[in-house]
Amino acid sequence: MIASILGYGAYIPRYRIKAEEIAKVWGQDPDRVKLGLLVESKSVPGPDEDTATIAFEAAMQAIERAGIDKSLIGAVFVGSESHPYAVKPTGTILASALGLNPKHLRAASFEFACKAGTEAIQAVIGLINAGLIKYGLAIGADTAQGRPSDPLEYTAAAGGAAYVLGPKGDSKAIAEIERVESYVTDTPDFRRRQGAPYPEHGVRFTGEPAYFHHIINSVKLLLEKLGRDINEYDRFAFHSPNGKFVRNVARRLGIKDLSRVVSLDIVRKCGNFYSGSTLVGIARALDKANPGDKILAASFGSGAGSDAFSIVVKDRITEVKSIGKSVDRYLNRAKYIDYGTYARYRGILVMD
Amino acid sequence: MYMGIIEGTFPPRYRREVKYRNAFVGWRCKKCGRVFYTPRKRCECGSREIEEIELPREGRVVTRTVVRNPPKGYEKYAPYAIAIIELDVDGQKVRVLGQLADVDLDKIRTGMRVRATLRRIRAGRRGLIEYGVKRVPIEE
Amino acid sequence: MREVVIAGAGFAKIGERRNDRIGDIFAEAFRMLIDNTQIDPKEIEALVVGNMSAGEFVGQASLGAYLADYVGLSGIPAIRVEAACTSGGASVRTAYHLVASGAYDVVVAAGVEKMTDTPNNQTTSILAEAAHQEYETYFGASFVALNALMMRYYLDKYKPKREAFAKRSVYMHQNAVDNPRAQFRRPVKLEQVLNSTIVADPLTIFECAPIGDGSAAVLLTTPEKAKELGLEYVKIAGAALATDRLALHERDELDTLKATLRARERAYKQAKIEPKDVDLIEIHDAFSIMAVLALEDLGFAKKGEGRKLIDEGVISRDGSLPANLGGGLKARGHPVGSTTVYGVGEAYLNLLQKAPRKSPGGEVAVVQGIGGTGSTVSVFVLRR
Ligand SMILES: [Zn+2]
Repeated sequence: MIASILGYGAYIPRYRIKAEEIAKVWGQDPDRVKLGLLVESKSVPGPDEDTATIAFEAAMQAIERAGIDKSLIGAVFVGSESHPYAVKPTGTILASALGLNPKHLRAASFEFACKAGTEAIQAVIGLINAGLIKYGLAIGADTAQGRPSDPLEYTAAAGGAAYVLGPKGDSKAIAEIERVESYVTDTPDFRRRQGAPYPEHGVRFTGEPAYFHHIINSVKLLLEKLGRDINEYDRFAFHSPNGKFVRNVARRLGIKDLSRVVSLDIVRKCGNFYSGSTLVGIARALDKANPGDKILAASFGSGAGSDAFSIVVKDRITEVKSIGKSVDRYLNRAKYIDYGTYARYRGILVMD
Repeated sequence: MYMGIIEGTFPPRYRREVKYRNAFVGWRCKKCGRVFYTPRKRCECGSREIEEIELPREGRVVTRTVVRNPPKGYEKYAPYAIAIIELDVDGQKVRVLGQLADVDLDKIRTGMRVRATLRRIRAGRRGLIEYGVKRVPIEE
Repeated sequence: MREVVIAGAGFAKIGERRNDRIGDIFAEAFRMLIDNTQIDPKEIEALVVGNMSAGEFVGQASLGAYLADYVGLSGIPAIRVEAACTSGGASVRTAYHLVASGAYDVVVAAGVEKMTDTPNNQTTSILAEAAHQEYETYFGASFVALNALMMRYYLDKYKPKREAFAKRSVYMHQNAVDNPRAQFRRPVKLEQVLNSTIVADPLTIFECAPIGDGSAAVLLTTPEKAKELGLEYVKIAGAALATDRLALHERDELDTLKATLRARERAYKQAKIEPKDVDLIEIHDAFSIMAVLALEDLGFAKKGEGRKLIDEGVISRDGSLPANLGGGLKARGHPVGSTTVYGVGEAYLNLLQKAPRKSPGGEVAVVQGIGGTGSTVSVFVLRR
């Protein structure tokens, strides 16, 4: 064991746009899109939502579920590729809004494409084990941008999750993080230059040497170190750029029961939360977990790398389930909007 | 002379006010016990002993409207709902004002229960991004 | 304290006056005051100007000095006073005390606002400065929205007929037809009011006062001096100003303007009158809800029943309590900082039967001005 999860919370905006609605604008075949990506709709942030507000909602719930004195939180690390500011840490906004104690507080914005959230978790674990902090908040959230007409437009969505982490063996633990393994190479599958509004990607290149290679390597490393078979896990959460990638990576890892992959429903209904994707997946796995269950989660960040986590659920999980909202409640609330409203909410229509 | 971007709130004011915009803070007179949302240095009872308190995040709409002609800087959010919300602070009714977010404008009702969250209040292209408390409906 | 009288009035035409600077608009009201009274401007010892936001609207501070200079009064003490939309009330009351105290014998109380040199959204922002900057305006509340919150509360609580509110606009447009300085001089129908665009639910645009440039000025002096100058006058029998908590949500009641209750109590007591003694009124009806609350809070109707005075025609020109004979804020217009001076000036004209259209007349008039959503209220009792 390397650290405890004391509380967790997820958040997904209420607005949704269907694949049909986007396909209509660009004259594409919606059925091909849906079958190709296994994504039916995606979440869209409201005009007043951004990574900080999504992170706030998730963090409020995580703190409430942790049931700790929030003045003991010593770090707010936020992973995202859509931080509100290019320079000014998102954690500073959150710390003030959450009413955290500014003394001995660390805050930083993390960026590693879609795995910035899991990097934030590892950084908090490091501080805890170094004895620098008692508790820390690690958050992954995004309001991802896809260039209009790009295939990414069907999936680039908004959502996030937050985790209150503490030392191993903490009495308030709802789960323990057993081990984490990472795998990183210089693979240019996806990038965005400073000041550019939209990212560039390598189309088919993004799958093989990027997503699959890195996730499979980090997960194999984790299983090797733990001496465990993948099918000993009760639930799986993977970074979800689309449903097809998730299904394929699960098959290639030898997962026999695809219903254990909690990420598939999320990405099908709400799309890709980028830095929030894996973290919302873990939250949904915790929502469904019973004491003693094992969860395997693997993120993927373009550029590229993957972090694989092994999590063991503790008894206190049953106490916190009634607090706040489950990921499924967010998945099932949907206010569908048309492309015009979507364009307005995403700031594609320039007003100032 | 300041040569930066003068758009939205100037940094010293932002820093001074940010806590009261983003965290949900109110005030209590230590002498008469009156709780209020908008600060003052001396209570009407004569006391200067006023303490900061955290206000409850849930409340009930007592009146509401929809802003269709917004002030400058709020155009991209219009139309939006504004409400006065009543909180119960240890049995005392305390009223606050704010926007309602994530509501269908034709479904806003007096009496509806809402919860405080953080949202953008206004943000230009280059100045500070300004946040504040808004309220979302509590889904039953 | 000496007795103070109003012995003259002048008004500028209200509207979008694209060719006129703020000084020109004031000069028009001032010139009418001089023309009507035929006094030598050298008699004027002090100038008080009510103005809400010249600094924001046209970038001009030092308004007292500027306006005195513009009409050849440079040298006399001249100040601007501000109490949002009843800056004019603050002006008249300040001038009242300058004369009552014996400091001066002849003082001009004016009000002026130039509101049309800014785009609509900026004008909306400037008007919202009347509310609490940090706790109302910042969160996106426009001034209309705050009034709409009061109206919705009232509608929910008393469930009145919606038409009663709208009818006020019909009366006001009717009253303005013969007022040459009114912004809107055409009658409107009830359906037009009810079916007009919604500005902030439930307020329609025909229930809200328009934006316009304007200025009014009244001459305050003692009865003795008025006689010496050969001027007809009405007495200021009561003059009061009161405040309430600035932010609407901080008020004890959302359907009562406590500042009106407070100012009314002092003004009526000073004038030794009761509501039944009043013959005509000038109320601050910037929004239909404000007309209803004014009728209740000034003591003419019980809480929840102010709308009846409108519905039953009591406040129409032919009713027993005619209100806003010049068209009120709705039709005459609402250049905010000058509005209460228009109200006082028109009550003076109507008591003396000097208005363009012969008034029902009477002995006692009550004038009310509201600043903000009721954070400042001025009440005057004029007696012929
Ligand atoms: Zn007190």
